[in-house]
Amino acid sequence: MAWVVRNRQGQDLVLTGAIVAIIIVFSLLPMARLLQEVVLPRGVFSLDVIASGLVSRRTWVATWNTLAVGLGGTLFALVLGVAVALLVSLTDMRGRQAFVLCFVTPLMIAPQVTALAWLQVAGPSSPLLNMLGMAPPLGTRNPLYSAEGIVFLLGIQYAPLVFLIVRAGLRKLPRELVEAAQAGGAGRLTVLRTIVLPLMTPSIVGAAALTFVSCVGNFGIPAFLGIPANYLVLPTLIYQRLAGGGPAVLSEVAFLSVLIGIIAMVGIVLQDRLSRGRDFRITSTSLSVTPYALGRWRPAVELGMWLLIALILVLPLVGLVLTSLVPGYGVVLNASTATLENFRFVLFDHVASRRGFLNSLTLSAVAAVFAVFVAIPLGYVIAWGTRRWVKALNLTVELPYALPGVVLAIAALLLFLRPIPLIDIQIYNTVWIILYAYLARFLVLAVRPTVTGYYQMDRALEEAAQVAGAGLFTRLRTIVFPLIAPAAMAGGLLIFMTALCELTVSALLWSSGAETIGVVIFSFEQGGDSKYAAAVSAIMVAVTFLLMLVAGLFARKLPDGVLPWRD
Amino acid sequence: MAGLTIDAVTKKFGEMVALDRVSIDVADGEFLAVLGPSGCGKTTLLRLIAGFEALNGGTIRIGDRLVSSESENVAPEKRRVGIVFQNYALWPHMTVAENIGYALKVGGVGRAERDERVKKALALVNMGEYGERRPANLSGGQRQRVALARCLVAEPRLVLFDEPLANLDVHLRAAMEDEFADFHKRTGTTIVYITHDQAEAMALADRIAVMDHGRLMQLASPHALYHQPENEMVAAFISQGMVLPAEVASAAAAGRCRVRVLGQEVVVRCAPGEAPRAGAAICCRSSQLAPAADGEPGFDGRIARVVYRGGAARIEFVPDAQPGLALHFDQPDPITFAPGDRARLRLADGWLIPRGAGA
Repeated sequence: MAWVVRNRQGQDLVLTGAIVAIIIVFSLLPMARLLQEVVLPRGVFSLDVIASGLVSRRTWVATWNTLAVGLGGTLFALVLGVAVALLVSLTDMRGRQAFVLCFVTPLMIAPQVTALAWLQVAGPSSPLLNMLGMAPPLGTRNPLYSAEGIVFLLGIQYAPLVFLIVRAGLRKLPRELVEAAQAGGAGRLTVLRTIVLPLMTPSIVGAAALTFVSCVGNFGIPAFLGIPANYLVLPTLIYQRLAGGGPAVLSEVAFLSVLIGIIAMVGIVLQDRLSRGRDFRITSTSLSVTPYALGRWRPAVELGMWLLIALILVLPLVGLVLTSLVPGYGVVLNASTATLENFRFVLFDHVASRRGFLNSLTLSAVAAVFAVFVAIPLGYVIAWGTRRWVKALNLTVELPYALPGVVLAIAALLLFLRPIPLIDIQIYNTVWIILYAYLARFLVLAVRPTVTGYYQMDRALEEAAQVAGAGLFTRLRTIVFPLIAPAAMAGGLLIFMTALCELTVSALLWSSGAETIGVVIFSFEQGGDSKYAAAVSAIMVAVTFLLMLVAGLFARKLPDGVLPWRD
Repeated sequence: MAGLTIDAVTKKFGEMVALDRVSIDVADGEFLAVLGPSGCGKTTLLRLIAGFEALNGGTIRIGDRLVSSESENVAPEKRRVGIVFQNYALWPHMTVAENIGYALKVGGVGRAERDERVKKALALVNMGEYGERRPANLSGGQRQRVALARCLVAEPRLVLFDEPLANLDVHLRAAMEDEFADFHKRTGTTIVYITHDQAEAMALADRIAVMDHGRLMQLASPHALYHQPENEMVAAFISQGMVLPAEVASAAAAGRCRVRVLGQEVVVRCAPGEAPRAGAAICCRSSQLAPAADGEPGFDGRIARVVYRGGAARIEFVPDAQPGLALHFDQPDPITFAPGDRARLRLADGWLIPRGAGA
């Protein structure tokens, strides 16, 4: 009997140990290495790195730009996202499901694809404008190559994020709180101003913080729009320094990435402060607010909403597809000049591009599968575990994703620049370092839905198996795994979709032979081959839509809110 | 204050008829309870009166003013009704005083007058000290008082209560019941009080409207509901009444008539104008059933269950004449019946349910 007990505890220990090891390797270690480089370079305490970073004018300009586009993009995303969330949640507009799907889709498309697509809509070489005869003369600068352009695209990219968070908050708003105000004589707009918006403050502030962190860390949009205009933000400055200077500038870029991390953290801390000021806790649960009848305004509002979709989703995608059909620079696109040659070239002829598809598919698939298998036991410990310190470790899993991707990429570089001690394997300049970064960065995307799944599941199911005599591993395998697998797999799918077109991390970690699709698109565009970049992007958008469709097929088996685009 | 006239109101949700031609008149200053099992349509009725839903037929008037009809629906904010919600619906981002003063602020009442009226409203519900508190820091009973003060401060023409005591524990419920009754006496407000709790309705209301499946079953005083139910639903619903099949043997005379029930002939109370008929039903209470003494008329049967409830037991009895029927009565200590025993019961009184009052 004593042996059995010890064995049971042994399984628990093994599980906890494995999870702690994973958290250390993928989360604590890279962050610690990064900090060490900044304050303890070569093992000696020194503030030289910080000092030399602080006196550089470049640093200050890029920091200022980062804050400017970060705040601007956040503001734009907030206005758009909150307005749309209010209209969708509080009025009787029709076709809500389809609208939400379309509105959230930009979030699923990689930022650099968004940037590329929009570039094809504006500017002198835009096939769309050329077809309409509205293109500015050749040589005119594309208006999107500017700070305003970056703010505009960041806003469109992250408005769905704001929308999703605020909509979730509005759904939990008990209808009585609104009805009590109406009975007190308040009209619709007064209710909105004095009740609904104040009560949504936590959601709105939370969304703002998340959006700010995403904007500040975004690489794709400022890389496509800012670099040509020499408008650098911190992530693009890091990229340029590293591309020009190689490992020699590692200390400098480590400092810059810590700077981004600090800016992101300030955003999160501010959010915490702001939402702590007042009591917004909604304790009662009830039906959600009765939709407001728009009456004769309904067709007009619906038309406006779909025009918005046409602007933010259809227009750029049309631009993208048209460019992918253009045979060469400056050629006006029409039925006789359109060609599929670009698609053939990127899929079959171009070696790096072919390799990129293969690498990205493999990397995202491995990252997704790994995350699913880690997320299930990890979620188990977080949601149902009894050890408090393990639960606290959960926060550190969030860290590599909460911080901008550049931070993690630099940390991975520092960690693996030299061969791994003891086993003496060099993974720098191979595809493995990208895999490591993906595993670390995206793990949390599978952990979150899995933990949600655990909380929605009755623990008695597992306890019944325990009473029946099943040990921890047997329970995990036979009871927990089958029940939680759909949620974890939905997370895996999100990882797959996110990693497939990922650019921020791979732009800093790629090497010849280890390209990703994101890097391929970026290289084509930088080399002036927009048509090839557009072709690759169009393929990736199609794959994204396909994956969303597939996920939708088994959506009914998933916990609520796991697939962001399903209303 | 104003009365309320609900005339032939019908409400459909898609195919489902939630309210079917319901008509209720509430007099100025009356306390009316709307009572029914869950899903009977009572909450829909309240939401129609408040204006949160549009109706499909009939009219609602508050005082002389038409507020709801098929073609017209006055917005909730223009109706001047007060509502006390089951979950209180206090705004968590405002203090107690801000909650109460909200309607005045929205209505453009000046600051000085507003403070004065908020203070008065707080005093009215004995919460004078709590103006600066947050709703989250109040107990359930205190929250309900704040909700009450909030709906009164704007001097509504009508106050609606939506199961206001359902979230409170038993002791607090009794105390709040007293407070509501006292409050009604002092202010003379017209009140429509939605509840599924009979004891609450009986204790508070001048009249009770019993509803079932979207229809008004009976609108009467608590006393009349108990003693003269108009149909089998009300008879069975109020105080667990028993409905027994009966045959009317004589015409009504001085409010009574002879009926034949389970082979026994009994004199029961009845409405005027009753005539001999078959297929009738009577309503009786457990207090009207008792074991028959030797030689007394009665009906035979078997004891099915004995449930001891402290001081007395509830005895369940199945009559031989109609084995599908389950009757029950109380026997005080000492309990002499045991399951399986044979027994003979006697019916002392009852009420003949009027003909045709549909159920």
